[in-house]
Amino acid sequence: MKITQPSGSSLGLGLLAAVLLGGFGLVVARSGPLAPTQVTVAHAEERALRAELFGIGTVEARRSYFIGPTAAGRLKAVHVDVGDRVKAGQLLAEIDPVDLDERLRSLEAAYARAQSAVSATEAQRKDMLARREIAGLNARRYRDLGDQHFVSASAVESRQQELTSAQAAVDATEANLQSARQELTRLKADQDALREQRQNLRLLAPRDGIVTSRDAEPGSTVIAGQAVIRLIEPDSLWVKVRFDQGRSRGLAVGQATRITLRSNPGQPLAGQVARIEPLSDSVTEERIAQVGFDQIPPGLSVGEMAEVTVETTVALAALALPNAAVKHTARGTGVWTLQDGKPAFTVVRLGQASLDGLVEVIDGIRREDAVIVHSERDLAPGKRIKVVEQLAGSLK
Amino acid sequence: MISLAGRDILHSWSKFVFTGIGLGLLIGATLTMAGVYRGMVDDAKVLLNNSGADLWVVQQDTLGPYAESSSIHDDVYRSLLTLPGVARAANVTYLTMQVRRGQQDVRAMVVGFEAGQPGEPEYLVAGRQLTRSHYEAVADVKTGFRLGDRIRIRRHDYTVVGLTRRMVSSGGDPMVFIPLKDAQEAQFLKDNDAILNERARTAANPTLNRPGVPGLLDAIQASQTANRNVNAVLVQLAPGAAAEQVASAVKRWKHLQAYSRSEMEEILVAKLIATSARQIGMFLVILAVVSAAIVAFIIYTMTLGKIREIAVLKLIGTRNRTIAGMILQQAMGLGVIGFIVGKTVATLWAPYFPKYVLLEPGDALRGFLAVMLICTLASTLAIRAALRVDPATAIGG
Repeated sequence: MKITQPSGSSLGLGLLAAVLLGGFGLVVARSGPLAPTQVTVAHAEERALRAELFGIGTVEARRSYFIGPTAAGRLKAVHVDVGDRVKAGQLLAEIDPVDLDERLRSLEAAYARAQSAVSATEAQRKDMLARREIAGLNARRYRDLGDQHFVSASAVESRQQELTSAQAAVDATEANLQSARQELTRLKADQDALREQRQNLRLLAPRDGIVTSRDAEPGSTVIAGQAVIRLIEPDSLWVKVRFDQGRSRGLAVGQATRITLRSNPGQPLAGQVARIEPLSDSVTEERIAQVGFDQIPPGLSVGEMAEVTVETTVALAALALPNAAVKHTARGTGVWTLQDGKPAFTVVRLGQASLDGLVEVIDGIRREDAVIVHSERDLAPGKRIKVVEQLAGSLK
Repeated sequence: MISLAGRDILHSWSKFVFTGIGLGLLIGATLTMAGVYRGMVDDAKVLLNNSGADLWVVQQDTLGPYAESSSIHDDVYRSLLTLPGVARAANVTYLTMQVRRGQQDVRAMVVGFEAGQPGEPEYLVAGRQLTRSHYEAVADVKTGFRLGDRIRIRRHDYTVVGLTRRMVSSGGDPMVFIPLKDAQEAQFLKDNDAILNERARTAANPTLNRPGVPGLLDAIQASQTANRNVNAVLVQLAPGAAAEQVASAVKRWKHLQAYSRSEMEEILVAKLIATSARQIGMFLVILAVVSAAIVAFIIYTMTLGKIREIAVLKLIGTRNRTIAGMILQQAMGLGVIGFIVGKTVATLWAPYFPKYVLLEPGDALRGFLAVMLICTLASTLAIRAALRVDPATAIGG
């Protein structure tokens, strides 16, 4: 057998084969089921945890007024427009009184007539009183004369009967007078009522405020209770916020909040939880709370959307983990810990969570335990892994 | 004994290597095509895996939520939770749409889910899970978003707080995860123009805008913009519960459709991607046949090109077995080089495909066996031709 000198071409071929095989080996090891899963790892440690709540809401007025007539009618005039500032008691709109003024005049005339009727009855009463006095005098004189037998008994009785009639006439006129006076009172009351009604057709501002809506124009017919003008009190604006029920634990009145208005997202405003509604929305599963501004910003519009962040507790140090490490499975909530370089599932009990992605661990792992945070794919117990600083795509 | 095949290869090694590389690229294309097919099926399966559900509850008589549209009320999950065997149940919405990224838009499947419930992305490659109940998003790396980016979906901007990998729809569109309430709004809320238009239409309808009933119009307008529907409820079963039993209880008593994991896979693989998968499969078959033919022809012509040398070998009394062995070894060598090159290039270029290409080791092994078989078959043709060579051609021709 002849030993051949390795020629240039065979060397090149060998090199090529080595490169090919090396590349193939690398490719097989780096991809496919043989490759380890790349993961990042964090250690459980005490961290300052700020429990915060996030919700969205709309700006609303705490006090708003719908101003409209108490009876159906036609609008005669509207004196203010949207955006006007009005004072308490200012005339906003008027309802057409139709025949109310005429009825008032008719009542006034009736009242005057009733007054005349009272005067006439009083005069009549005076006349009757005078007649009774004469009848009385006559009756007494005839009684004296009858006692001395100067006149017949029938003449005396006749005078006595005249006196009784005169007395009856006086009683009748007195009753008439009372009735005329009562009629006067009735008409006076009618007149007052009509005036009140007339006054009621003038729609007045109950409080200082801003007109937010002008819902009807002069000439249109409005029914009782329908709003013609809507007013809000601009210093009563607050945000009605909806919080997810599942995360609303710890919400309390007086907690400090940051309000971010959609119109000015760069500048959060300070505020406070003013009220928590005892009823929460059972359909949307949301808790509702009102958040007031420390200082109401100028140009705030009702209905504007706002994002609200509430600090439910002050920062407290707790054993915490990034929430990306937490897995919710049918076996329970847990994390993948590193045990001898292999992943193992550990069930944990979680506490509060912060908005920046930390979650408190009450039970299950100890300080300095290594926990897998990010992974390229699903993990399984005992799977081969490779710990890296950062996975692809996480460049800031 | 010297290796005749090795000698021959060394003699014209450049021709041999380049033929091998060319063959390798062809095999690489075939393997990639198989990978594309596997990737399509895997996209469908990964969608089911990532939802983390054992049971999908959807609208009655639909194949929802992936293959058909399905719409159910969002409080259905409460009644499902009361069924025995149900451990967890959560609402979910799916909506495929164009999502704006800077000046361009990305096709993505927007998933609305509830934090900590089935439907949540199970693993992240960067960032964190959602903590706010609105306006945060977790996006798949394939969308091109990075942490801190803003995504515009309908009228709201969402901040990307986490990234996932291999979270795709059955069509291979990367997913963007947003809170359920936002997703409900994004799915059912129209743009501003449409809303204004709708309001005007309602206001113009005299039966809905009656002067005698103030507030009626407002109430109708409000009810038109609110929507309390979701596409499906994902159910996780308690350990030991039978999916079929729970599914039949849902179908019978809740008047909804429920699919188990295997039924859902059947729907996705057999119905949703069936045609496109068959399309790719057909092409894969043609490509494999063409590759096999080309390999056979290359080896055959290579042998025919060496007729004179073979004739010389015969003339000097080389045994037929030795000649046949040489041709077979060369063919096998070509096959091995081709396969190694093919597998390597397929693996190298697979990540650059816009959709997922899954190169399974089983496919690679089958491919290797097929290549070897084809090479052997092709070499038998060549061997027959070589053995029929008249030794006289060595001196004659």
